[in-house]
Amino acid sequence: MDESLRELYQEVILDHSRHPRHFGRLESANHMGEGHNPLCGDRVKVYLKVNGEDRIADVSFEGKGCAISQASASLMTDMIKGRTVAEAEKLMDGFLHLVKGEDANGIAAEDREHLDVMAGVSAFPMRVKCATLAWHTMKSALEGGSPAKTE
Amino acid sequence: MTAQPKITALRPFDVETVRADFEILSREVYGKPLAYLDSAASAQKPDIVLDAMRGFATSEYANVHRGVHFLSGKATDRYEQARESVRRFVNARHVDEIVFTKGGTEGINLVSYSFLAPRLQPGDEIVLTTMEHHSNIVPWHFLRERQGAVLKWVDIADDGSLSADAVDAAIGPKTKLVALTHMSNVLGTVTPLKEIIARAHAKGVPVLADGCQGAVHELVDVADLDIDFYALTGHKLYGPSGIGALYALRAHLKAMRPFNGGGEMIREVTREAISYADPPARFEAGTPPIIEAVGLGVALDYLSSFDRTAVAAHEHDLLTYATAALRDLNWVRIIGQAPGKGTIVSFEAEGMHAHDLATILDREGVAVRAGHHCAQVLMERFDVASTTRASFALYNTRAEVDQFISALHKARKILG
Repeated sequence: MDESLRELYQEVILDHSRHPRHFGRLESANHMGEGHNPLCGDRVKVYLKVNGEDRIADVSFEGKGCAISQASASLMTDMIKGRTVAEAEKLMDGFLHLVKGEDANGIAAEDREHLDVMAGVSAFPMRVKCATLAWHTMKSALEGGSPAKTE
Repeated sequence: MTAQPKITALRPFDVETVRADFEILSREVYGKPLAYLDSAASAQKPDIVLDAMRGFATSEYANVHRGVHFLSGKATDRYEQARESVRRFVNARHVDEIVFTKGGTEGINLVSYSFLAPRLQPGDEIVLTTMEHHSNIVPWHFLRERQGAVLKWVDIADDGSLSADAVDAAIGPKTKLVALTHMSNVLGTVTPLKEIIARAHAKGVPVLADGCQGAVHELVDVADLDIDFYALTGHKLYGPSGIGALYALRAHLKAMRPFNGGGEMIREVTREAISYADPPARFEAGTPPIIEAVGLGVALDYLSSFDRTAVAAHEHDLLTYATAALRDLNWVRIIGQAPGKGTIVSFEAEGMHAHDLATILDREGVAVRAGHHCAQVLMERFDVASTTRASFALYNTRAEVDQFISALHKARKILG
């Protein structure tokens, strides 16, 4: 089988997409963002509970989408929970570089270990938007602005 | 200008000969032979079209309807010959009933802006179906937003078929237009256009058909259909992108206000006033896509050089073959199985999102479309976010269908 396909749809990704973590509405959320990829119709909502110290105390997401977008959202919730808003945004920045196949040295080594499962996306430029939708949505939730779009 | 009937012997249809006409079909992707099953999005172009465009550009090109010099005359002749090719292709009575456009979308927007908008009172109705492409929805939404038009949606049956009775029932005293597809780009449904037109006309209501898919696979005879407007696009008809045509009844065109304003669509411009050129020039402001128009004419002549019944039979064989193979898979659900449907098959595969599926098919050399197909109203109707669509053209083969089905099994192995 095509090696890049195996890399893209590795077991961790499929596991996240089949059994997404932190899936569902977060009642205690004080930030919510909606993301939409008009190209494929995928939609995602990201809920965040940010406490007084600017820390993401809790996070969840819901939505429908391809394996890549669902896995990326699930992985993201795993990784940003407990971090400060600034840390989450920095992580997002590194993630965006990673999936575009750009220099992602800004990501701390231990984070890189977790995020590396998404690196295979860079071989599929048409699918980068699937991987980044939840992250853009997280950012728009934090900023309270207009819904995130990737197209 | 009256057209001379073109009398040439039809080429016998043979798919391998046809494939040799399309250089791109022999290429590989990711080391696999290309199985191009996305012609409903855009068809590949035969070498004869590409050669004709280059030949025209290298020996006869200039702007049209403007200069008095030699090349301007040549180019104008070729441009107008292309218009005649379109006329012949749809069997319009008059060549001045053919307006060149950028594509199907522009044709429908032209009718919306120039024909319907000035005739519309708040509360007037536009009848359309739930399986329209966005290009045959959004121009009517504009009229809803801007002028208070009411959109009357006619739903399709669960198998994707559209009943003329349902359309008829939706046409009321306030209906000003029926706008519907000739063939659905998602379901493949071919609509009973002729009957719908007869029923609409009985109530004095004009009909527009979106022929972007229908013109490719069905024989279009606008005179026999007695249709008011028929929009088509070049790039799905084996011609170039950036060019299309709108057929409109001469009487309608004469009564329609201009669309874009600019050069070539006027009779006279002074500081105080303007008067407009006669149709079709009135609707072709600015320098048109001249090389593309020539390419479109050649593409239509190419398609018409075959016995279209044999082409349709070949395409339907592929559809039947693919549908049977998909029906054998109990994890696949076909969406749209209307009797007499055209050569498009949309489906959902259990546990696999259309985009993941299409990515894996792609690596097997199989090009399909995944997404909402610019038909979100229809997606909502079937409660799906997206589907995977394979479409079959005159150059496709059963071997490509086999490649597609075997790639589906691979996807199932990876994702299922």
